[in-house]
Amino acid sequence: MEGKLIVVEGIDGSGKSTQIHLLEKWLGYKGINVFKSEWNSSEMVKEITSKGKKKGLLTPTTFSLLHATDFADRYERNILPLLRAGYFVLADRYVYTAFVRDIVRGCNPDWVRKVYDFAIKPDLAFYFKVPVDIAVDRILVGRPKLKYYEAGMDLNLSNDPYESYRIFQGRIIDQYDSMAVPEGFTIIDGTLNIEEQQKTVRKMIMPLLPHQVPSKKVRRTQS
Amino acid sequence: MKHKQRELGGRPVEFYGHGINHLQDVEIKGRLIVIEGPDASGRSTQIEKITARLEADGHAVLNTGLKRSELVSKGILEAKQNYDLGRKTLALFYAADFADQFEYKIIPALQAGYIVLADRYIYTLIARNVVRGLDKRWCHNLYGFAIKPDLVFYLDVEPSVLIHRVFQKNLSLDHYESGADIGFSNDMYESFLIYQNKISREFHLMQKRYGLIPINGNRTIAEINSDLQHRIDQFLDKVMHS
Repeated sequence: MEGKLIVVEGIDGSGKSTQIHLLEKWLGYKGINVFKSEWNSSEMVKEITSKGKKKGLLTPTTFSLLHATDFADRYERNILPLLRAGYFVLADRYVYTAFVRDIVRGCNPDWVRKVYDFAIKPDLAFYFKVPVDIAVDRILVGRPKLKYYEAGMDLNLSNDPYESYRIFQGRIIDQYDSMAVPEGFTIIDGTLNIEEQQKTVRKMIMPLLPHQVPSKKVRRTQS
Repeated sequence: MKHKQRELGGRPVEFYGHGINHLQDVEIKGRLIVIEGPDASGRSTQIEKITARLEADGHAVLNTGLKRSELVSKGILEAKQNYDLGRKTLALFYAADFADQFEYKIIPALQAGYIVLADRYIYTLIARNVVRGLDKRWCHNLYGFAIKPDLVFYLDVEPSVLIHRVFQKNLSLDHYESGADIGFSNDMYESFLIYQNKISREFHLMQKRYGLIPINGNRTIAEINSDLQHRIDQFLDKVMHS
């Protein structure tokens, strides 16, 4: 494969999207062809998934399959062709998100993994590890309401969406943690400040860059 | 397998693969009968006749088919029109549609004691995917959540006979059912024959693995119907009196 695939994983509020955004800007600044792909963003599937979500109709199996459809669409349309064309593809969530969420929802782990076994292994997978309370606080700031599936209400963990969300996210963290070593995640401490995290991320990316790129850091501030 | 405290006439379900967690202990009383076969093989006519007969005999019958879920069916049609979908994407889309109907229609009806007559099941979906070059093991695993039907008939029609039935029905060949998306031939007629032959070959391969019962579909509607009805009656007779 000509290109490189870099993945960020972690629960909502772990800061991964900020980090991948900074990474995208940095690579772009260096003149590298970058493409970013976000979880659950295929136009075609999004509409259907959101319809089903609104109605609260999704079973763990259909939830899993619709997200797999979304992923496959982005994979077949963008991710794979762009990797072959030599792009740096940045994925804000990858198959691991499906693994952790679907397993927490009760899908058979072996089945889920096989459904996604066409996806190539990333060159680097960063896992932004944050204690559940910190992440939940970050997410809930200025957010009066949580959505049904987002809060994991379909799992019957609690009648209170906030309590449900906390338990749900905690379980997802457990899944990520158990996957970290076997999947070879690069763990980033998501409680550190943004600049520090980004420094570590860039250091890890350096060996993947084309040779002529100077090793001097580019100083830029992001809003 | 021993099960404690079964409801009268209830049976545990048997999955093809890993199954679905929250359905592992489900008990069903109904029967699942599947009729498979290519387009224009006469499936819907047969299902209509069999449904009428079973209802006349006092059975509650539910008809299901592909692309009929509330959740995704419209989406598939729209997506097929507006986008050039990748093969894995389409395969997963169909699986989501099937899963939705499976959990919301088929399983509840079986629990309630219905005879579910399915106008195609996972086999068509698997065959289409395999013929389109998707990994066979992947395709079979995908449907590991489905249960084993009681009876699966496959209307086996010679592709050369089938094509005439298609023309009688529609006067034109369907893009997808002719495998035109695969690119076997620029000639639709030839593409149809190649594609249907490949599908038919997949069905023959699945015959043993899944216990499909081939039904000679080259005969008249009445002949096929009496063959099917006879086999279904025999089966129901056996299970009702055992």
